[in-house]
Amino acid sequence: MGILEWATSPSGQRVPIHIAWFLIYVALMVGLVFLVVHAIYVRYFADRKEFTAESSARTLAQLPARIPRHSLAARLFHWIMAAAMFVLLFTAFLPKVGIQFNWVTYHWVAGAVLTLSVLFHIVHATFYLDFWSIWPDRADLEDARKRLQRFMGKPTALPRKFAKYPLENKLYHSVVILTGLAVIATGICMMFRVRTLFFPRNPYLFSDMTWGMMYVLHGLAGVSLITLTIVHVYFAIRPEKLPITAAMIVGSMSREFYLKEHDPDRWVIKPLSNPQRGLSDGD
Amino acid sequence: MAVIRDVMPAFQLYQPTSVADAQRLLEQNREDALVLAGGLDSMDWLKDRIRKPKVVVDLSGIAELKGIRTTNDGIAIGAMTTLTEVLRHPVILEKYGLLAQAAELVASPQIRNQGTLGGNVSQDARCWYYRAGWPCYRAGGNICYADTPVGRNREHAILHAERCVAVNPSDTAPALIALDAKFVVATPKGERVVDAEDYFVGPDLDITRMNILRLGYLLTSIRIPATWASAQFYFEKVRDRNVWDFPLMNVASAVKLSGGTIQDIRIAVNAVAARPLRLKNVEDSVRGKARTAATGEAAGKLSVQGAVPLQFNAYKIPLMRNLVKRAVGGVEEASWAS
Repeated sequence: MGILEWATSPSGQRVPIHIAWFLIYVALMVGLVFLVVHAIYVRYFADRKEFTAESSARTLAQLPARIPRHSLAARLFHWIMAAAMFVLLFTAFLPKVGIQFNWVTYHWVAGAVLTLSVLFHIVHATFYLDFWSIWPDRADLEDARKRLQRFMGKPTALPRKFAKYPLENKLYHSVVILTGLAVIATGICMMFRVRTLFFPRNPYLFSDMTWGMMYVLHGLAGVSLITLTIVHVYFAIRPEKLPITAAMIVGSMSREFYLKEHDPDRWVIKPLSNPQRGLSDGD
Repeated sequence: MAVIRDVMPAFQLYQPTSVADAQRLLEQNREDALVLAGGLDSMDWLKDRIRKPKVVVDLSGIAELKGIRTTNDGIAIGAMTTLTEVLRHPVILEKYGLLAQAAELVASPQIRNQGTLGGNVSQDARCWYYRAGWPCYRAGGNICYADTPVGRNREHAILHAERCVAVNPSDTAPALIALDAKFVVATPKGERVVDAEDYFVGPDLDITRMNILRLGYLLTSIRIPATWASAQFYFEKVRDRNVWDFPLMNVASAVKLSGGTIQDIRIAVNAVAARPLRLKNVEDSVRGKARTAATGEAAGKLSVQGAVPLQFNAYKIPLMRNLVKRAVGGVEEASWAS
């Protein structure tokens, strides 16, 4: 049983046509196993988080009661993208597991929404937000090494608190970028194969082999997103992460949580023009 | 692609004598099995070596699938009843002439002698890209070769195309829909009875199937209720040659008149989409109206709303408009100028 389905093209060439659909179940199982293993680890084996010394009193005095984390535009992007992603996953895979409905139109419309929202996010994050805050940096890697060594029982200095985003969050974002861009790029090309508002139907845009590889990449990225979505939802509802999840709804987190998890020197909160409001120009 | 014609691949032939045995064989062999009714569709697949089943289950020996019976509420036609038997049956000729007209226009006398009613409604699409074994959507692939800037699609769909643009080629299907027939399907979980229009599946729901039959399912009979017995019927089939041809389009209607007014109507067309279409919007629009040329004209225009022609089948839009116009107007109006 291969992971790809193959067919013979009219010219006699053996070409892949899509992934084998059992990978849907594999992706589901990987996601579920991950969350079970992680939950057991956190419950029974994980040590309490330890970080280096607290921040200075001067820094603390300048902090508002609510720490701005996500602007309204950033939150809207996140939830629109999330809605589009769920529609895409359900419309893509439910028919493959036997739930039949007219899925194609919903799928490409959701794909168009996802594409537009991601384009918006790229421009917004590049020019209006702290672009580098979501990318792993040297400090993240050094701290990850320290945490790993401490986990293995080796005496090592304490890691620093996180910047705006923990390393795990940054890595997840990077993986989602790769898979997301893969499904978007291939999905846009695949829209030439169905009737949409955008292009005339033309399946001869690429060779059979190129199309086949495109479908395979779209499928692999798609099933990967099943696992990634399960993992994302799991972390969003974990009790210790709820303040972060709430920040994606209300835009801010409490000063206490910020000080507990984040390093004010690495995630600098700008002084407020109106301290009463508690929100400034965070992203 | 090299096609070896007339030399069928080897397979195990089973000839069960009961529906239960046939179902058991189909369940045992699952994807490896092919159901053989009259064989007029299946033999093409076998001789072209596009389908190479390990097992063929021939239904011709199952007596319970054959024959026409009158019931308390109409008639029941066994799925393996030949088209010739259908079109010659006195009760069908007297009360359900629409079906007899449709059956008589299927292919040629020889084919009608061998072909069955169940096979006619359950036959596969005739799109040549699909029949040639190309990996199109309907064959489980990811492309429609017919709906392209250069695809040959003169015979293909103008309505409800969803990736696949093949059409359903059955002549009897629209007649059965117009007669409000019920299809009886034996499934592993027991008997299931569905309305004729619900027996057919479009590519929006399942692109690899033309009907609801799945592994272990068998169409056993078709029941026609007396509701539309002896109504006014209209059937017309347009094809490239007068015998031995699939429809470019066909239309069937059953009309109940009260004076000159359309009291009730059922109308269906085929070869315009991947499943025969019951035109409910047309039915609703003409019900209660006088059966006049103007009513037929309006019905024809309504019927083609939303139609999208492909590169080479734009003619199907005026064709459908006119067929529906005549089907609503009835035989007397069939000579209207288009």
